Amino acid sequence: MTFHSIANKFLTLLFFCFAGTAAYADESKDFPEKSSVLVNDYAHFLKPEETNRLERKLVAYNDSTSTQIVIVTMTSIGEYAASDYAQQLGQRWGIGQKGKDNGLLILVVKEPHDFFIATGYGMEGNLPDGKLKRLFEEIVKPNFKQGNYYGGLDQVTDAIIQIMSGTYQEDHKGGKASGNKAIFIFIVLIILIAVFSSIAKRGGGNGGSSGGGGFLAGMLLGSLASGGFSSRGGYSGGSSSGGFGGFGGGSFGGGGAGGSW
Amino acid sequence: MKKIIFNVIAFAFAAVSLSSCGYNSMVEKQEEVDEKWSQVQTQYQRRSDLIGNLVEVVKGYAKHENQTLVEVTAARARATQVTLDPDKLTPENIQKFQQAQDGLSASLGKLMLIHESYPELKANTNFLELQSEVAGTENRIGVARRNFNETVKEYNTYIRKFPNNLTASMFGFEKKAYFESQSGADKAPKIEF
Repeated sequence: MTFHSIANKFLTLLFFCFAGTAAYADESKDFPEKSSVLVNDYAHFLKPEETNRLERKLVAYNDSTSTQIVIVTMTSIGEYAASDYAQQLGQRWGIGQKGKDNGLLILVVKEPHDFFIATGYGMEGNLPDGKLKRLFEEIVKPNFKQGNYYGGLDQVTDAIIQIMSGTYQEDHKGGKASGNKAIFIFIVLIILIAVFSSIAKRGGGNGGSSGGGGFLAGMLLGSLASGGFSSRGGYSGGSSSGGFGGFGGGSFGGGGAGGSW
Repeated sequence: MKKIIFNVIAFAFAAVSLSSCGYNSMVEKQEEVDEKWSQVQTQYQRRSDLIGNLVEVVKGYAKHENQTLVEVTAARARATQVTLDPDKLTPENIQKFQQAQDGLSASLGKLMLIHESYPELKANTNFLELQSEVAGTENRIGVARRNFNETVKEYNTYIRKFPNNLTASMFGFEKKAYFESQSGADKAPKIEF
């Protein structure tokens, strides 16, 4: 085998590797990048102040219940059925909290006029498809037909919040559980530091190792401080750009209802 | 004493080499495939239950459509009979399963056409909600099938890679079949109301 043929084979292989990744990346192009806000009016159905009002309402709801209601408007979704697109987008973004799957995606499509509310697994019990279908027929459709997009979205989110109220209320985001965890990690780190520094002292015969212990303790303390800081940074970063702490990795199983308007 | 040490080392070696040859990951991936398969079956079961309710509601309004109702009920019974254990996911078995379910889809389509000629049925809220539930379940079936195919792909790829393929053949991990997209069945059958 000559060097050339090996080089050729290698290049072909390399080509296919890259072709593979390119083909793989293609499908995700059909979906917008993970957003940092709850109201995503890509197709410009709403006025800026209407978007802000909806955003504030949904962020407040997310803060008090951890349930994430997301609105996405699209000019076109290509060959996808609205139900399929909404499910895949909700799954990709990870709307709702992981494990609870309490996310909801409201998809509005401009061309052709289409609408779908996709429910995360955890929402299916309170919001069965039949109920959502009725919300669509009674609230969304009449409003949208008159061009009152804000009214439709505002009323339908109000209705959803009313239906959900009482069921998720005790579930505060970033509440006790994560606080306890932080305290636990803190205590473990303190113990570790104590152990390390005592080991370093005991081996005090050579000055180098005791210095190392000090260095290690310092490093642990440093990482603790930076960890605490970064988690707080995540929250404040969210609030400046809209106020919710980011999507939590919820799953969607295809539930929901909608129709054309 | 020496013997014990030797045994410990041998055991550690076996554990490490087994896990490096992917045995543990294979078990995990197989479990995942099984779980996704059970989700597929759950959703089909859910659809079957809903169709049962739907038939009951339609019966009250459309007494002249006896034949269609009998057909749906029979197709439903056939579809419920065909269940599939996750360790028997061969192409033939999956095809059989799918055929039974497709039969039910077809007669469900006929049942859905009925309501056009019965205005009172069309106005029944119970019926309307059941309709949306059935449509939503078709979506769920589509999602469950897609998830299943994805995990099967992951599993199949994994057990065929070197050196995992040696472990796989040694311990009898076999390739599992996909849901085929024949006759446009990969997309959730669209039921328009």
